[in-house]
Amino acid sequence: MSTLELFSLPFMQRALIAAVFVGLAAPVVGTYLVQRRLALMGDGLGHVAVTGVALGLLTGTSPTWTAVVVAVLGAVLIEVIRERGHTNGDVALALLFYGGLAGGVLLTGLGGQSASRLQTFLFGSITTISVADVVTTMVLAAVVVILGVGLSPQLFAVAQDQEFARVAGLNVRAYNLLVAVMAAVSVTVAMRTVGLLLVSALMVVPVATSQQLTRSFRTTLVAAMALGTVASLGGLVISALVPAGTSVSPGPTIVLLALAGFVATWPVGVWLRHREQLRAPFPVDPDAPDGAVAPLCPEVVPGPADHRHDEEHVDHDHGPDCGHVAVPHGDHVDYVHDGHRHAPHGRHYDEH
Amino acid sequence: MPVTPTSPAAPTPAPEPGADHTVGPGLEAVVRLVDGAVAIAGRPVLRGIDLTVSRGDFVALMGANGSGKSTLVRALTGLRPLTTGSLELFGHRLEHFDEWRRVGFVPQRTGAASGVPASVWEVVASGRLTRRRLLRPLGRADRRAVADALEVVGLADRARDGVSQLSGGQQQRVLIARALAGEPELFFLDEPTAGVDLPNQHALAASLARLKERGATVVLVAHELGPLAPLVDRAVVMRDGRVVYDGTPLADHEVHQPWLGEAHSHHHATHRDRARHDHAPHVASPLGTHPEEHHR
Repeated sequence: MSTLELFSLPFMQRALIAAVFVGLAAPVVGTYLVQRRLALMGDGLGHVAVTGVALGLLTGTSPTWTAVVVAVLGAVLIEVIRERGHTNGDVALALLFYGGLAGGVLLTGLGGQSASRLQTFLFGSITTISVADVVTTMVLAAVVVILGVGLSPQLFAVAQDQEFARVAGLNVRAYNLLVAVMAAVSVTVAMRTVGLLLVSALMVVPVATSQQLTRSFRTTLVAAMALGTVASLGGLVISALVPAGTSVSPGPTIVLLALAGFVATWPVGVWLRHREQLRAPFPVDPDAPDGAVAPLCPEVVPGPADHRHDEEHVDHDHGPDCGHVAVPHGDHVDYVHDGHRHAPHGRHYDEH
Repeated sequence: MPVTPTSPAAPTPAPEPGADHTVGPGLEAVVRLVDGAVAIAGRPVLRGIDLTVSRGDFVALMGANGSGKSTLVRALTGLRPLTTGSLELFGHRLEHFDEWRRVGFVPQRTGAASGVPASVWEVVASGRLTRRRLLRPLGRADRRAVADALEVVGLADRARDGVSQLSGGQQQRVLIARALAGEPELFFLDEPTAGVDLPNQHALAASLARLKERGATVVLVAHELGPLAPLVDRAVVMRDGRVVYDGTPLADHEVHQPWLGEAHSHHHATHRDRARHDHAPHVASPLGTHPEEHHR
């Protein structure tokens, strides 16, 4: 079967559509979770949703919808605990997570379902997704994206600084609940793609990758959505294109591809942050005479001892391309040179 | 930037320590707290506080750590509910007050950076939320207000930088710009100078001087005034949850004079931990309620 034939098969097209929507929606919620330092919340909701899936299997209703209901209930409960809870509320969350996972496995056993049925939800089975599930995925993912992007000024402010948001008249509790519910919905939406146990990766890893290179919230959000879509589609395509005989499941491939993106950008992020740190301006002493940013050169005024001419070991002119780190210092630039700060002054350099 | 020297407040006669600060005729009371008390987890923290701030005042709430000055500012913004007493903002009781666009709050600096990068411009623009409607993009007036706020705090050239790249003092100025972007009439600042280096304290004082020139009403919490001292019209000194002085500005060293404590009974010795001044005992339990989380 040629590649073209493979991608014209209906199940593959359904899988591709689901992958795009999930890859777009999951990082939207993930960005707000990471901003509030709740990166593992998606993971916890995934565990809680296992009980929902098992309930669906037990009662013969659609596991997707029972998972949505149980995950939303779990998200509201987590939010209530978080809001009223003590600083070690993470223990309470852990209790909830393990309860969800154990409950799910127990219920599946009670219902006489085989472990392999549950496993399709735990680790994803995007290629077996039905038309109804694709429609559900598209609708729910679109709602998450529209709310997450449309309300981004409010959600950003609440996640950034709750007290300020409250004094600004925003209903902080409502927005927190909204993020929790959106997280629950995207967990269940992504469940068919990467599985409940790996869902958090698709929410968090693209955000972690994009924030290596970005400085603003908006670019982080947009880049994370793009990275999520690339990883989701790319993982699916890779798993489809492996030669016959080997079995590569799409869920783990998607997650590993997202992680590979992080591994590739992380050193760049480290380098960028180091460079920014080196080039941060030196502080200016406000009590300096005549608004001078540093003691005046002794050629003009006899100055303090920490200020010297320094001509000997400079064998070139400092400038934009001299290779030394240039750091703004008040109204001029200091060049960092062997642990010294050289400021050009006339035809020589001052030590600043 | 040099601090603009501003003349001290209207030459009112210096009231006696502990005396009530009454509002003169014709001056609108922007904040009026009568017999206010705050309890945290059932334990009284602030008691019997009367505070009236009139339009254009520049008030410094001073006092030692744990004296209740931050709690008072949080009560005035509605973050901390009053157990007794009544609070009016702009002549409306707090329960019915919904004109939050007239109030600008600058919390302690911890909130400036978060888990995801945010640019200085974005943080300041979030201050416009008091005036924006849902799902509407930023208008021209919003952009102008954000640019103006950045210019006042002297960070216009850092607008595109990430907040986490700035020094602590610069982050504090970003938070002031955020409050300023909403164009409020009344500012509450919680310890704006705490942990801020001297150059940034001067920049902060210059920003606040600009606000004062524009006729803003400012209530700020300060352990020590430093470069802000010339701006302050009126000092309110707290000690152990009560107001012990309300009147003309005091020098930093005067605030900590022992005579300021004479307005209340002496029971310091019963406090085991003066430095931390725990308002409520901590009882750790996974599902327990945090005593600090009872506000609004």
